[in-house]
Amino acid sequence: MSGERLLTINNLSVTFGGLHALRELDFHVDEGEIVSVIGPNGAGKTTFFNMISGMVTPTSGEIIFENQSLIGLDPNQVTARGIARTFQNVRLFANMTILENVMVAQHCRTKQGLWGALFQTSSFKREEEEIREWGEKVLGFFGTRLVGYRLDQPASVLSYANRRRLEIARAMATKPTILLLDEPVAGMNPKESEELTRLIGELRSEWGFTIVMIEHDMGVVRDVSDRVVVLDHGETIAQGSYEEVSTNPDVIEAYLGRPAEEAS
Amino acid sequence: MTDTTVLAPARGVLDQDWRKIVNYGLLLALAEVFIALANMPVGLDDFILIEPILSLGYVSLLWLPLLLGYSIGTEKVLEGVTSHAKGAREVVAGACVGLIGGGGVSGLVLLLDNFDLRDPLVNWSPQLLALLAFDNGVGYGVGVWLAIGGGLGLLGGSMHLIAPLARRVVSTMVLAVVGVAVLETILSDIAEDLFLEWLADWIYFIRGGVSLHGAATVAVVAGAYAVWGSKAVKGAKASYQALEGVERKQANKVSIAVVVAATILLPLVLGKITNELLANVGLFLLLALGLNIVIGLAGILDLGYVAFFAVGGYTTAILTSPNRGDSWPTWIPQVWWVVALMLVIVLAGLTGLFIGAPVIRMRGDYLAIVTLGFGEIIRLLFLSDWLGGFTGGAQGVTNVPGVQVFGLANVRGTDPRAVFYLVAFFCAIAIYVSWRLEKSRIGRAWMAVREDESVAEAMGINTVNVKLLAFVVGAVLASFSGAIFAAKVGSVFPTSFIILVSIVILIVVIVGGMGNIAGVVAGSVVLIGVLGGPKQPGLLQEFSEFKLLIYGALLVWMMLKRPEGLIPNVRRTRELHQDEFLQDAWLKGQIDEGDETGDGGEVAPA
Amino acid sequence: MTTAMKAKAAPRTGVDWFLLLIKSVMFFFIATGVLLFIFQQIDPGNPIASRLNDDATGLTADQFEGLVIAGLSQGAMYGLIALGYSMVYGVLGFINFAHGEVFMVGAMTGMITSNKLHEAGAWESNFVPSLLFIVLLSIVVSTLTAVVMERVAYRPLRGSPRLIPLITSIGVSFFIQNVSVVLLGPGAKSYPALPDWLSKKRDIWFISIEGTRLLVVLVAAVSMVGLWYLVERTKTGKAMRAVAEDKEIASLMGINVNRIIVTTFAVGGAMAGVAGILWGIMFRSVIHTTGFLPGIKAFSAAVVGGIGNLNGAMAGGLSLGSAEAIAPLVILEPWGVSGVSQLRDAVAFSVLILVLLVKPTGLFGERLSSEDRG
Repeated sequence: MSGERLLTINNLSVTFGGLHALRELDFHVDEGEIVSVIGPNGAGKTTFFNMISGMVTPTSGEIIFENQSLIGLDPNQVTARGIARTFQNVRLFANMTILENVMVAQHCRTKQGLWGALFQTSSFKREEEEIREWGEKVLGFFGTRLVGYRLDQPASVLSYANRRRLEIARAMATKPTILLLDEPVAGMNPKESEELTRLIGELRSEWGFTIVMIEHDMGVVRDVSDRVVVLDHGETIAQGSYEEVSTNPDVIEAYLGRPAEEAS
Repeated sequence: MTDTTVLAPARGVLDQDWRKIVNYGLLLALAEVFIALANMPVGLDDFILIEPILSLGYVSLLWLPLLLGYSIGTEKVLEGVTSHAKGAREVVAGACVGLIGGGGVSGLVLLLDNFDLRDPLVNWSPQLLALLAFDNGVGYGVGVWLAIGGGLGLLGGSMHLIAPLARRVVSTMVLAVVGVAVLETILSDIAEDLFLEWLADWIYFIRGGVSLHGAATVAVVAGAYAVWGSKAVKGAKASYQALEGVERKQANKVSIAVVVAATILLPLVLGKITNELLANVGLFLLLALGLNIVIGLAGILDLGYVAFFAVGGYTTAILTSPNRGDSWPTWIPQVWWVVALMLVIVLAGLTGLFIGAPVIRMRGDYLAIVTLGFGEIIRLLFLSDWLGGFTGGAQGVTNVPGVQVFGLANVRGTDPRAVFYLVAFFCAIAIYVSWRLEKSRIGRAWMAVREDESVAEAMGINTVNVKLLAFVVGAVLASFSGAIFAAKVGSVFPTSFIILVSIVILIVVIVGGMGNIAGVVAGSVVLIGVLGGPKQPGLLQEFSEFKLLIYGALLVWMMLKRPEGLIPNVRRTRELHQDEFLQDAWLKGQIDEGDETGDGGEVAPA
Repeated sequence: MTTAMKAKAAPRTGVDWFLLLIKSVMFFFIATGVLLFIFQQIDPGNPIASRLNDDATGLTADQFEGLVIAGLSQGAMYGLIALGYSMVYGVLGFINFAHGEVFMVGAMTGMITSNKLHEAGAWESNFVPSLLFIVLLSIVVSTLTAVVMERVAYRPLRGSPRLIPLITSIGVSFFIQNVSVVLLGPGAKSYPALPDWLSKKRDIWFISIEGTRLLVVLVAAVSMVGLWYLVERTKTGKAMRAVAEDKEIASLMGINVNRIIVTTFAVGGAMAGVAGILWGIMFRSVIHTTGFLPGIKAFSAAVVGGIGNLNGAMAGGLSLGSAEAIAPLVILEPWGVSGVSQLRDAVAFSVLILVLLVKPTGLFGERLSSEDRG
């Protein structure tokens, strides 16, 4: 059911002071796909996200999104092109209200400046209204979790699970084409992660997002992914459907380590 | 804190934390000796609070034993930790602390009598000795200070024993008497214009200070207020906060109207000196409001903020004065202030861009120092011979005419009331701008940048542009203040634009409360109005010797104890006390009832 | 992985272009200034030089040598103060704005003691022991000031956002300055005269240098070696580096982090105390604001050299000192700027800004833990 090719990554490498965080990586995402990126700790998964979102500039290689290169763009420009992300260690604007968190994320989709705010022009008021409505709409995606009296509460009062939800809502609010979710269910209990897994499916089916997700929880990976990419030491060691990948000996070795006699 | 907390029984008198007592005592002794040697008792002795018994000089030594005697007995109320009831133990602790502190002063008396250290310590004087010994011999002084220290400490400690209501009454009474005494000039000024001279004559002694019967009157009124009045005020506040929607909006409108009316009417009943004071407060408020956008909303610590004040002042002076430097071509006309203001806005904006662009990508602390450097560079350039032909060098630009308000009035320094109205008008603009921007797309982007810059960038905010905009808006507001300053003083000199100004504005913003307009207003009124600006005298002119010292101490104390400022912005408070807040909420089980398993105690890295 | 790691590619936004423009203009200005200076040296009457600056005379070799020596000795002093900034930044990750005041306290202590010794006659009769005594006392007082400062103002704030301790330190700086005003009075105070054998100019090899300046350079060198030994060769130094790298892990390794931080402040304070005395005998005058400008410049020196990097701090101090001594005459004067000596401080700040624009990690690289780089 996958459509056009959205994102193509060719031969991507990055080194930090001689350390290869990513090495000659090839990767692609088609429209409407849900791709999971898995791999042991330190495999370079988060660096991979940082690179797509423009927070780290690759040493070599190319990233092509909707037929245009993303190399050299600032993170805000990448977001404006239509790639939004969440963070592994939840980074909300803790002292802004929940609603403001999703409102501020629409910055690059809106354009009112000083003039409108100071003179309260009708276009300013209209845009504020639209920002608010869209913000409430994305918050409403999580059912009653984030709406109601909570809208005016600072984000810092939220529980861990709700912070994760709000982060996803914030990324959704930027009106992206691709959502990059960095460990969306980390720290959630089984019930919550099951609920979120269902919602991730809805993000594609109802909201039309294409999703790339880093995840450690294999249950979640199995349930939602069309395709799984395995990274280890900055290289792709396997990709394919969950079943193919989970039986691949290289993958098992990367997770469990080599048998003792070979390692020495 | 709730009143229902169950207290454990009071601890025994000897069950003391002796180490803490000695620490507090030594701290007190050190502070008292420092205050004495800083010349506060002698310098403030002429400022009579209550005729004939109390001068501000003695008060400078007396308030600390009382305060420390009280605070030794206070414990931090922690959620989940048993608190003990207060008893004789706290009184004894207070007395011990006071005694050690009094001992410090006594020791100083002995030293003053036996050694001459006047060479490095300029205030080591016979007057100090005489004052500390109550003109009664060294032995008397030593004994009395021990008694005073112990007594005040005891008094402070025993404040724990009386009921909270009584405590409130006592503190309100004391504050009211001191406040009425300190604000004598302004209060008698107002009283005169309201035909209440008889009241002023009753309260105040002829040559300054509150008379005994006046003090008693004030104390009674204040006490009565504390018992009955404060409840009514609280009730009104609560019912205001309970208002919603349209009613709330109307209430807001009414209160804004009241404030505006007061701003317009108050100067009419005030004398020249007080109006001058208000005009200075306004100038600094305007600066503080601008800096508040930069540091409070966008989180950029700009220490060279005075540069924009200088640009505003110099541009206005050069464009309006006949006395500008010789190097200007003659075809540049002398223009009206209002016309000059247009150019001031443009130039300040450009300066903001020019200074902002190189620094905007730097990390916050480097940015602080570099902006400070820029502030200094601009002042040095104005001062230098190189640009002296344009800026007048050390002689500055003089003969700046006043503000021609479309031929209706000429506002200048000789008429502080008019200056105040002008400043108030621009402050109103600044407040409007801050308020509207905070609730707009740009304001939200500023806050996001303040919270977490790299995430803000990842969420599609062009942080460079957004921060530059904050810089420019702040710059323009500061330049307004500079433009009015030039017209008010009638001249500009490089010495008016030293780094000290930046730091004082920073202190005003921080003491008032970063990111909060009401806080910034309160900060300016209290600090600039009462203590005075870097060069401008405040209400307490006697304090001018000590005001910078007090500013420094206040800044440190605020950062340590109350980083959210006098009037806190709820958000900033949470940000600054996040750990405590979350911990308490977690212990009370208040975080997020909606989630069964919310791991609420965890703090997401900011 | 912080944003600081990304390498910036070609300029993209308006701001980038603007910065490129500033950099090019500055480069052109400096390069042309130097070229003009060289032309002027070759022939003071040449048409370009005289057009820009009618009374261009150039510098004699002696004058130039004097400038370099003055700059280097001043720079050595900046370097000594810069070490304190750099160490604290390296270990705690914040700018101790009040460090300049520690230096001022040292200079004041020296002023008081040396005047007392002068009154007692010991300053003249036993100069060297007196000098050693005031150095020692100044070290003690400065160290105490720094340690108390840490304990009272900074320790409670550890772990708060990085601007909070910076703002606090501005308050501390302000407070200490004004404590000096109210206790010692606002005027400038002078050191007693130095014996001739110290202050007179002497020829060493091929240069002639005032004894005081020579002393400054020697003391700075000795202190530098001592500090290097402390940081690189002792257990305390190792612990310091560990704390700088990661406080939490260091404490798990059994290092008393508080003690190491106090030590850091103490060592920085001691260096500032030494610098204070050197300032006193070089300029023979102190005032409560003495610490402010040298403090800011020393911080600039630390940044120029690469903050957290001790060798860099000294090198930064020397570069900044010579730049502010030489640049006004070599770069500004050929352009026809008048009264260049008034612009010394402006030059020093411009050096800081330029270095941060061109190489934000300083000339010799930062030594910071990754958490502090953000």
